[in-house]
Amino acid sequence: MPIETKPITINLGPQHPSTHGVFRLRVTLDGEQVIEVEPVFGYMHRGSEKLAEQRSYTQIVTLTDRLDWVASMSNNLAYVRTVEKLASIEVPIRAQYIRVISAELQRIASHLVATGFFLQELGVFGTTLMYCFRERERILDLFEMLCGARMTLSYMRPGGVTQDAPDMFWQALDKFTNDMPGYADELESMINDNEVVLARTKGIGIIERDYAVDASVTGPMLRATGVQWDLRKADPYEVYSDLDFDVPIGSAGDTYDRYLVRIKEVRESLKIIKECVKRIEPGSVRTETNYFVRPPIGDVYSSIEGPKGELGFYLVSNGDIAPYRCKIRSPSYLNLTVLKEVLKGCKLADLIVIFGSFDVVMGEVDR
Amino acid sequence: MTNILSGKEISAKLIQFGDINEYDDVSVWVPKNEIFRVCDFLKNDTDSKFVFLRSISAVDYIEYFEIIYHLVSFEFNNSCVVKTKCYGRADAFLQSVTSLWTGADLQEREIWDLMGVRFEGHPNMKRILLWEGFEGHPLRKDFIGSN
Repeated sequence: MPIETKPITINLGPQHPSTHGVFRLRVTLDGEQVIEVEPVFGYMHRGSEKLAEQRSYTQIVTLTDRLDWVASMSNNLAYVRTVEKLASIEVPIRAQYIRVISAELQRIASHLVATGFFLQELGVFGTTLMYCFRERERILDLFEMLCGARMTLSYMRPGGVTQDAPDMFWQALDKFTNDMPGYADELESMINDNEVVLARTKGIGIIERDYAVDASVTGPMLRATGVQWDLRKADPYEVYSDLDFDVPIGSAGDTYDRYLVRIKEVRESLKIIKECVKRIEPGSVRTETNYFVRPPIGDVYSSIEGPKGELGFYLVSNGDIAPYRCKIRSPSYLNLTVLKEVLKGCKLADLIVIFGSFDVVMGEVDR
Repeated sequence: MTNILSGKEISAKLIQFGDINEYDDVSVWVPKNEIFRVCDFLKNDTDSKFVFLRSISAVDYIEYFEIIYHLVSFEFNNSCVVKTKCYGRADAFLQSVTSLWTGADLQEREIWDLMGVRFEGHPNMKRILLWEGFEGHPLRKDFIGSN
């Protein structure tokens, strides 16, 4: 005789270890099965866009650090590039190389955090997370050499970067790029053919290719579905057009593919960094601008391929020292569009894993 | 390199929607009541195929709100910017494009929440970042927050 079960609604979060920040899900369950999910946003809304309207163009760099705090370097880059486009500021070639190196280091760091926490959510207690964080720590050390900060970097400025990289940075970077492939091998040997990981992630949380495009999904999540779209290739910025690298894609669009695309991207990033180090030449790292940048009246949209997807800024200038409007197109926020559909019908235990594989940071979602 | 269509090129595409002659180097202004049909055309037209909605932004220009659609075509590697003006502060509204792009869902809710422009035909037009019951729309220029 079938047992009648009543759907129950439970509350996940706002404080939950699987979210970087505070995120709440109202989940309706039928036994273990998820019937409906209602995400509740806004617990970390700080009004970054409004705050930006009262700050000078240079000051806003510090606000962007606090959007996606595991990838501040990428946020800096996306923002200063928009200001440069708006005010037509040229960037010295050495600064462009340093920016690409630091943005790629940041991509590795961000993907390491994503991978580490993703396995943590699968129930691997600590081991892989600590392995990932050990490597990430070295990247943070590198950033410390660059600008003195580890998380909220504010390293870039409209017109270049704050200061040139010291000698010790290049030595440490060289050592890191030589060591990292071995660490990536180690991670992959732990994860790729792991039976538990395969059983829990293959075929779970599938996002269809067309649906991903339709829902404005970007970054590794989009590429895991098999769409070859990476702004570094499609719309090259800085010096990416001179560099040789591949864009890894997945095929199934499931949780496992999302992980796989990330770990492959780490290797590509290393390739990019190595090539940049080979090509970089001495020179100036910053175009002198006025302390208060005053772009001409107009509006501009510019975006980069951040670790989590397309990170764009839309700036409107009325000729003043502060932008009239600063809109942030954050990848984490738009990637969550698919959450409701993807989680429908999955098991409660898989919910956390799928959400973890999205790799969202709430600072960027709520802004 | 993504080719950014000039306003002139986009308006030439939109010839069937009457005289759309307000454009600049990178964007085109479309009448508010045509926005859904224009987006529908740009998405499905075989020469355009703007299948990817990059972002929707809203700007408060005091006398009107400007809603900006950034579209991308993966196939042709083109991008274009479509803008529309929305008059009336008390009850600003616009037709929703969620039925064309699911990606508009959260963005339109955000615009309603922070800018106070309502989207007709949106399945779930509720506040998203702020809580229900919050008074005012913070990104409007006349919003005075408690400091």
